[in-house]
Amino acid sequence: MSGFTNIVKKELRELLTRSTIIPVVLMAVMFGLLGNAFSGIEDEITAPPKLGIVNMDSGVLSEIAVSQIGNLSEVQYNGTDVNMALDKIEQNGGTAVLVIPANFTQRVMDGSSGSVEIYWIMKGAGLTDSVSSTSVETVLSTASASISAYLIEHNTSANASIVLSPTSHTDTTIFRSKEMIGISPTEISSMLSSQSTIVPIIIMMIVMMAGSTIISSMGMEKENKTLETLLTLPVRRSSIIAGKLAAAAIVGLLMAGVYMIGFGYYMQSLSAHQNIDLAAYGLTLGVIDYLLVGLSLFASLLAALALCMVIGTFATSYKSAQALIMPITILTIIPMFILMMKDFNTLPTTGKVLIYAIPFSHPMMAFRSLMFDDYVLVISGIVYSTAFAAVMIAVASWIFKTDRLLTGRIGKKAKTRNGLLSFISSLIAKRRRA
Amino acid sequence: MTVIGVEKVSSEDDDGFTGKHVIVVENLCKSYGDFQALKGISFVAHEGEVFGLIGPNGAGKTTALRILATLLQITSGKVTAFGKDLGQHPEEIRKVLSYLPEDAGAYKNLTGRDYLEFVADFFTKDHETKEMVQRGLEIADLGDRIDTKVETYSKGMTRRLLVARALMTRPRLAILDELTSGLDVVNAQEIRRIVKQATKDGTTVLLSSHNMLEVELMCDRIVLIDNGLIVERGTPADLKKKYAASNIEEVFMKVVA
Repeated sequence: MSGFTNIVKKELRELLTRSTIIPVVLMAVMFGLLGNAFSGIEDEITAPPKLGIVNMDSGVLSEIAVSQIGNLSEVQYNGTDVNMALDKIEQNGGTAVLVIPANFTQRVMDGSSGSVEIYWIMKGAGLTDSVSSTSVETVLSTASASISAYLIEHNTSANASIVLSPTSHTDTTIFRSKEMIGISPTEISSMLSSQSTIVPIIIMMIVMMAGSTIISSMGMEKENKTLETLLTLPVRRSSIIAGKLAAAAIVGLLMAGVYMIGFGYYMQSLSAHQNIDLAAYGLTLGVIDYLLVGLSLFASLLAALALCMVIGTFATSYKSAQALIMPITILTIIPMFILMMKDFNTLPTTGKVLIYAIPFSHPMMAFRSLMFDDYVLVISGIVYSTAFAAVMIAVASWIFKTDRLLTGRIGKKAKTRNGLLSFISSLIAKRRRA
Repeated sequence: MTVIGVEKVSSEDDDGFTGKHVIVVENLCKSYGDFQALKGISFVAHEGEVFGLIGPNGAGKTTALRILATLLQITSGKVTAFGKDLGQHPEEIRKVLSYLPEDAGAYKNLTGRDYLEFVADFFTKDHETKEMVQRGLEIADLGDRIDTKVETYSKGMTRRLLVARALMTRPRLAILDELTSGLDVVNAQEIRRIVKQATKDGTTVLLSSHNMLEVELMCDRIVLIDNGLIVERGTPADLKKKYAASNIEEVFMKVVA
């Protein structure tokens, strides 16, 4: 074997270990799941919007508008009852109900703008949840262009600006039983963009900082050969685990705090010109809401740290600890990206299960959920994260009591073949002595 | 080769030692998957004695010491320490135990003094902690360097600190694996003297070493382990006589080779 081949073989043996392969495989699986979740968004962008039309006008221009809207969208309701239209569209997962008032044609012919009332059925407040509202606006502008073409062809007496832009629209958005007048889903998404982006990023940072601290701590204990001494000191295993968890939580929160300050200034500079008052639309959090957000963050952090403690027991050195941080990083990045783009309620079922199962997702969703009074999701998330943390702490405590930490194996009691052999040999010895 | 794997454990040892039993090991087995590291060893260690475990590499010495230090689970057999079942009461036993692993380290970001204080806090409170740390400082004897970070220490300095950590608590049982590993002759002699002194105060020492001179100098009795079994036992003097050897190294070669 040549020197080169020998070196390559040795390097591969050192580099391709369990601790390097497992995170990469996990990453591949997680990216696959991420792809599935995003494929739904792509379908939504390309599909025609589902609409309801309530046409109170019998004039020619409203007929043109209805015909054009019908060509470019999937009309789920076409009638004259607004409430019935809203019910139907909501049931069928549609986007909006367009109400054309009785005097629509007359107003345009008289030289005024024909106003269409849009009742938006908003499903989520993620950045991509307003994609369907953009497609509705495209449909409306096409209808408006058709009306313009009619007005030009028939040489009407309307003024030029109305001929070129004959329609306008007023917005009412219905989101989780809140009716917000004079605002569109795109504007609401834009208003909530700070919550949609900052909160998931901060949670991701806290979890990654604290998680990597605890995994590295376990790796360092093994690399520096201090673990054996620590485990023979008169201190309960649970105290060792709790101490490590608490220290990592403090470090994680401190580090995340520093990042938050910097990132907060950055986001403030971006949103300084928006000047939109969320309170005007009833989108504010009370004291209990903030308490729930804090609880959600605490439970989630505890769950993350306990999971990291379990993962950390696999670390054999500082280097291997760094590789083991990868799955935690992926687990925090996935909900961060998905929840920035989509609202939990608008995700496909697999996406919902995935996001719910990751305990770090819950504080990312808490702000937005509480703003729209979705207490069930937040409280159940706190309960789930706490239960997850409890299970992980129990697993970590069990591992600390076994040989796993030092030998990489779980010790077995004397029920094995070896145990039987030694039992038989002790019986023989007793008989000899007798 | 005489194999004494399974034996009767009596209140009076076969070497005529009659001290109070501190450790009673009965038919101890330890397996890692299919590999049997210990195949049924038995011995008794008495209060205030230095009991040596010697044997070739991979014989099972460190496994035995790790079990006695409450670090590894027992596959089968029984270990009693101070009259308590080791498997049932590990936390009780850790209060009177000190374990010095062969390749142990200390927390690199702490100073030597901080490290001793950190360990002492687990054993005592208030003024007793200060006394314990003071004892540790005397054993470590690192001068001004005790207030510098452990990461700046040489191997010998780290070992002195670790020995100090192990003995400053006045343990009733000290498990010392390669006690003087990394120490020069002068330091090694001093540490051996300190350990011997500790036995006079009632500390029982379980010692494992590849240094046969150290074993001969320190141990009151020894067991020779090979391939997971005890293959010889006795006082150094008796073993030398039995094998007509001038030192324990010769005994070792005759038994194991």
